[in-house]
Amino acid sequence: MPLLELRNLKKFYATQKAVDDISFGVEQGSIFGLLGPNGAGKTTLLRMITGILHPDAGEIIFEGKHFDALKDVERIGYMPEERGLYKKMKIGEQALYLAQLKGLSKEAAMTLIKEWFVKLEMQSWWNKKVEDLSKGMSQKLQFVTTVLHNPKLIILDEPFSGLDPVNSNIIKEEIYDLAKKGATVIFSTHRMEQVEEICDHIVLVNKGQKILDGTVKNIKQDFKKNLFRVGFDAAPIESDNEHFDIVEKRSDDSLIVKLKEGEKPNRLLQYYLQQNAGIVSFNEILPSLNEIFIELVEGTPTARQFQKLTA
Amino acid sequence: MNKTWIIIKREYSSRVRKKTFIISTLLTPLLFALVIGVVIFITVKGIRNEKIAVIDPTGILKSKLTASKAVTYEFRSDVDTGNFASKGFSAMLLAPNTGINTTSNFKVITQKSMSRAANSRIEKDVSMALENNIIADSLKIDPQKIEDLKKQAGLTTIETLKKDELGSDKKASFNVASVIGYLTAFLIYITLFVYGVMVMRGVMEEKTNRIAEVMVSSVKPFQLMMGKIIGIGAVGLTQFLLWIVLLFGISTIMMAFIPAEVMQQVQQQGGDIPGASAQTSDAMRTMASAGFNLSTVNWPVVIGSFIFYFIGGYLFYASLFAAVGSAVNEDSADAQSLSLPITMPIIIAIFIMMNAINDPTSSLAVWSSIIPFFSPIVMMARIPFGVPDTVAYWELGASMLLLVAGFLGTTWLSAKIYRTGILMYGKKPTWKEMAKWLRR
Repeated sequence: MPLLELRNLKKFYATQKAVDDISFGVEQGSIFGLLGPNGAGKTTLLRMITGILHPDAGEIIFEGKHFDALKDVERIGYMPEERGLYKKMKIGEQALYLAQLKGLSKEAAMTLIKEWFVKLEMQSWWNKKVEDLSKGMSQKLQFVTTVLHNPKLIILDEPFSGLDPVNSNIIKEEIYDLAKKGATVIFSTHRMEQVEEICDHIVLVNKGQKILDGTVKNIKQDFKKNLFRVGFDAAPIESDNEHFDIVEKRSDDSLIVKLKEGEKPNRLLQYYLQQNAGIVSFNEILPSLNEIFIELVEGTPTARQFQKLTA
Repeated sequence: MNKTWIIIKREYSSRVRKKTFIISTLLTPLLFALVIGVVIFITVKGIRNEKIAVIDPTGILKSKLTASKAVTYEFRSDVDTGNFASKGFSAMLLAPNTGINTTSNFKVITQKSMSRAANSRIEKDVSMALENNIIADSLKIDPQKIEDLKKQAGLTTIETLKKDELGSDKKASFNVASVIGYLTAFLIYITLFVYGVMVMRGVMEEKTNRIAEVMVSSVKPFQLMMGKIIGIGAVGLTQFLLWIVLLFGISTIMMAFIPAEVMQQVQQQGGDIPGASAQTSDAMRTMASAGFNLSTVNWPVVIGSFIFYFIGGYLFYASLFAAVGSAVNEDSADAQSLSLPITMPIIIAIFIMMNAINDPTSSLAVWSSIIPFFSPIVMMARIPFGVPDTVAYWELGASMLLLVAGFLGTTWLSAKIYRTGILMYGKKPTWKEMAKWLRR
């Protein structure tokens, strides 16, 4: 049973359909990527899942029950893209305040804050103010306040923006760790290399509609173009044949070839073996998510045009 | 624990611990005391005694200039412009030698310029003396007689009594009531402004820091707004309580140090304070005499309704200020233009209040003390004049009921604008857009 299920969710603003009939499910314990270009409706979608906005139509099912914003927000941790903390407040008090608003008692919150501060080496920050922190430091604090109350569902909107590689890795490890312990993570970004690395399952939205839904592996399979790369020990013979087309000849004595419809990779190897060519490497070229993303989104205007809605 | 309560606590403690709060709370009463002290000091010490040498060759003043605290006169013939200063006079008054019917052409020659008070005193004294002399001259009667008659007529006083107070010792003082009304109404006016704007700034801060989105993923926007409004309201109450305690303490100490005759002097000479308008000196004299009449005021009613209108008026306006704060971004010019429709009624109310003080039963005063936009200020100005004889019970009841309904209404309205506005970034919304948020 999925932890979270969206059914035909819709949210229309005066000038555009921000979310137009989107459905998908998020499995318990998975790391889920919500992708889309700027203005695709990701933030609106996330705001509905966090109970900030109310959908115009459709249904959100959380842990098998109808989503009740009042009760369920305590089991959700949300880090919005627009980061925000009280600048004049001390770090420790701030973390405590936000944790109490998530329904933790003062004592429980204090224990958890101390644990996290030790884990992320933030103990010395307690009496500092947010305005004294660097961007990366306040990002770390924001992350801690998001996950402090052990939420079942963690929603991170661009969690790595502004973080250096070292801190990025620390946060990434924490995300894996949380998922391993049973938390479900929804991860919204347009940084594809991170998605490929972290996410199990992705959904791509564009112009308020879902255009892709599946595991990273399956999607790559779906979008592969039957491209293979064959490396030779000497400059290969280029010849036309009925099995494949040569797409590109590389300077390192390798060829990029595209298999014709219905052909198997073995035919390609057979062909070169028969020619007595010395093959040193052979691998399939799968499209990166970045390429798939661009392929799907390209051609549609990057920024959505405002339109008058009659309904 | 209730989340609104957690928010109230943060809003309260983060403000009360601020240096600016502590300093302004401590300094304001001290400043107030200082101003009063300076006024008293100037009144008592500021009036120097000016000795004037009077040269009156034809005797038209008939040595009849009455000395006062500010000016004393000496009729001399051995003084001239060259030596009056060395003989200890601060000025020389030259009467014309053209006969008694000339009332112009008086000259005052001074070494250093004299205070305005002394100048006007001399003018008054001279015209008084002339008046008496001219009348006496043309009617051929004793000038002293005229003086006595005038004094007698000047003693006329009018006592204002309310119907039901006839025969009782209790004297309601119109002046005391108006001073109390003025003060309490003004306090509420300041509260609405200072703490209303504080709410607006707080909301703007949350919006520009982008903390609003984090917050509303934990609490309802309504809880966030109410937490802020109540928290800041509590800050205001705290500040007022501290001020009252401090002012009481300071004034007790001050009274102990200022001798009684000084206070009397202040009372008598209020009119002579340079630059003081007739109104302020009136108010000063009333304040000084208020001590004797304070018992005539119905304190439980005044204090009770002050607390009610303080809180009610604050809640009524604070939520409107919160709505404006949620609609604008960093730009303080936007905040100003959007808050204008809210500040206008408050300013109008203060003008109506000044009118109501002078005529607490006029229809303008009565009706505007019932309309919730003005009632916290206008009604507060009327109440010290007495319930139920100036403010009828139905007026007070209607005013209070409408204020409660009013703040429920503004809170409901503001909550709708607030929950949309707080997540909107970018340009300032138009009124039309805000109206749309209301319908959602």
